[in-house]
Amino acid sequence: MLACSASILVIVALLLYELTIRSQLSLRQFGLGFFVGTDWDPVMGKFGALPFIYGTLVSSLLAVILAVPLAVGVAVYVTEMCPRALRGIISFLTELLAAIPSVVYGLWAIFVLAPILREYVEPFLGKAFGWTGLFSGPQYGLGMLAAGVILAIMIVPIISSITREVLVAVPQHQREATLALGATRWEMIRMGVLRNARAGILGSVILGLGRALGETMAVTMIIGNRPEIAKSLFAPGYTMASVIANEFSEATSDLYLSALVEIGLALLIVTLIVNTAARLLVWSITRGTPQRA
Amino acid sequence: MATAHISMFRRAKNHAASFAAVASAVLVIAPLMAIFGYLVIKGIGSINLAFLTNTPRPVGEAGGGMANAIIGSLIILGIASIIGVPLGTGAGVYMSEYGKHRYSTYVRFTADVLNGVPSIVIGIAAYSLVVLPQQHFSAFSGGVALGIMMIPTIARTTEEMLHMVPHAVREAAYGLGIPHWRSIVSIALRTARSGIITGVMLAFARVAGETAPLLFTAFGNQFWNLNPGQPTAALPLQVYVYAISPFDEWHRQAWAGALILIILIVVAVSVVRFATRKGRFSGA
Repeated sequence: MLACSASILVIVALLLYELTIRSQLSLRQFGLGFFVGTDWDPVMGKFGALPFIYGTLVSSLLAVILAVPLAVGVAVYVTEMCPRALRGIISFLTELLAAIPSVVYGLWAIFVLAPILREYVEPFLGKAFGWTGLFSGPQYGLGMLAAGVILAIMIVPIISSITREVLVAVPQHQREATLALGATRWEMIRMGVLRNARAGILGSVILGLGRALGETMAVTMIIGNRPEIAKSLFAPGYTMASVIANEFSEATSDLYLSALVEIGLALLIVTLIVNTAARLLVWSITRGTPQRA
Repeated sequence: MATAHISMFRRAKNHAASFAAVASAVLVIAPLMAIFGYLVIKGIGSINLAFLTNTPRPVGEAGGGMANAIIGSLIILGIASIIGVPLGTGAGVYMSEYGKHRYSTYVRFTADVLNGVPSIVIGIAAYSLVVLPQQHFSAFSGGVALGIMMIPTIARTTEEMLHMVPHAVREAAYGLGIPHWRSIVSIALRTARSGIITGVMLAFARVAGETAPLLFTAFGNQFWNLNPGQPTAALPLQVYVYAISPFDEWHRQAWAGALILIILIVVAVSVVRFATRKGRFSGA
C-alpha cells in the first residue's frame, strides 16, 4: 500500500525527470531564448516557442473569460435557486459535459461550431468591433476565437462543479443572517454566499485555466495550426499542446524532438504551478466541510 | 408584507440576477444538447454490422468500419486498467487507512496535481519510457500512458469511499480480534466496494476518450492487430484521423465512431450514477 501511494509521487518525479533529460539538447542550444524566439522552422533548425506560448495563453484566457460567468451562474442557480428535482438533472448534465472526450468536441467544433462562427458570429463581431483590431481579417470560422469558445464549453463543468462544492460549504446561517437583515435573494447570494466563497471560486477558475492550458485535441482540430502571432482573434493560431500533438511523431531530427519535449516540459511546469495554486485555494475553503451535498 | 419596503431598483436587480442564473444554466446545457443531437443525427445512419465488424477500407472505397479500433481501444484500456486499478486503489487504501501523518497529505496533494497534468505531457513521458527503449510504437505504451492517468482519480475516490465506512463497523471488527489488515480487506473494502467500483468506472470512462497521449504511443493502425507490442488502432484516434481528413466518407465514419464512443461513456457514467444513488453510498 505504501508502495502504491509512493507510485504517485514517483510518477510526477519521473515526468519531470524524463522531460528534462529529453529536452537537454534544445535547452543547451537555445537557453532561455527558446521562449522568446518567434521562428519555428524545423527544416532550418530554428526553434522558438513564443507563438505557441502566445496561442496557449490567449485561447485559455479567452476560454476563462467566456466560461466563468456561465459556470458561476449555473452553480448559483443549482445551489440557491432551482427546485430540488431539477438540481440532480442539471448537475448530471454538466457532469456529462465533462465526460465527453476532447476529440468529440473537436469533431463537433469542426463541422458545427466553425460554420456557425463563420456565417453568423464573426461577420457580426467584425462589423461591430472590427475597429478594435481584435475582430478583423478573413473569417474562416477556424482560429483563435473558435478555440476559445470550444475550450470555454469544455471547462465550464470543472469550474461549475467545484464552485458548487464551495458554495455548499458556505454555512447556512450566513444566508439566514443576510436575509434577516432584509436582503433580497440576489443580495443574499452576493453578500452572504459569493463573498464568502470567493477564494474557492478563484481556485476553481484557476483549475479550469489549468485544464484549458493543457487541452489538446479539440484545440488542435480547430485553432488552425499556424505558428504566427496575430492580433486578430479570427486569425489561426497554434498552442503548445497542439504543436506537440501534430509534430511529435514526425520530428525528424534529435534537436526537433528535443525542442518539442522542451515545450512539453514548459507545459508541465506551468500546469503543476497552476494546479498547486488552485488546489491550495480550494482546500482552504472546503476543508472541514462534508465533501458534497 | 416585509417585501413592500424593498425598492424597485433592488427588486429589479434581484430579478435580473435570477434571470441571469437561469440563462446561464440554459446556455451551458445548450451545447450539450447540440453535441448529442448532432452525434445521433450524423452518426446513427452509419452504424451497422459492417461498421462494427470490418476494418477500414482504402480511401475511395465505400464501406469499411472501425472494428480494429474498437478492439484496439479495449486492448489499450485493458492494459491501462491492469496498471491503474491496483496502484490507484492501493494508494487510496494507504491514504485512508494508514496515512495518519503528513506523508499522505503530500500524496493526496500530488494526486490532485497529477490529475491536472495535460494528457499529452503524460504521452511524451510514456513515449520516452516505453516507445524509445522498445524502438517502436505499441498498444502497451498507450496503455502505460492511460494507466498513469487513471491512478489519481481511482486513488482519490477510493480514499473518499473508505472514509465513509462508519467507525462502528471497524470497531466491531477490532472487537472480534481481527488484525488491522484483515479489517481493511474484509470489512472496509467490502463495505466500500460499490463506491470504489464507481471510481474505477469514472476513471475508465475518462481515459477511454483520450486521444492526445495515443498519438505517439499506440500510434494507430489501419489493420487488425492483437499484439500489444505493435502499433494499434484506437477508437478516439481513428475518429481524430477521420475528422481532419478531407474525405466525406471518412467524416461520416468519424461521426459514427464518436457516437459509439459517447454511448460507451454515457452508459458508464449513468450506471455509476445509478449505482451510487441506489447503493449504500447515497451521499457520494
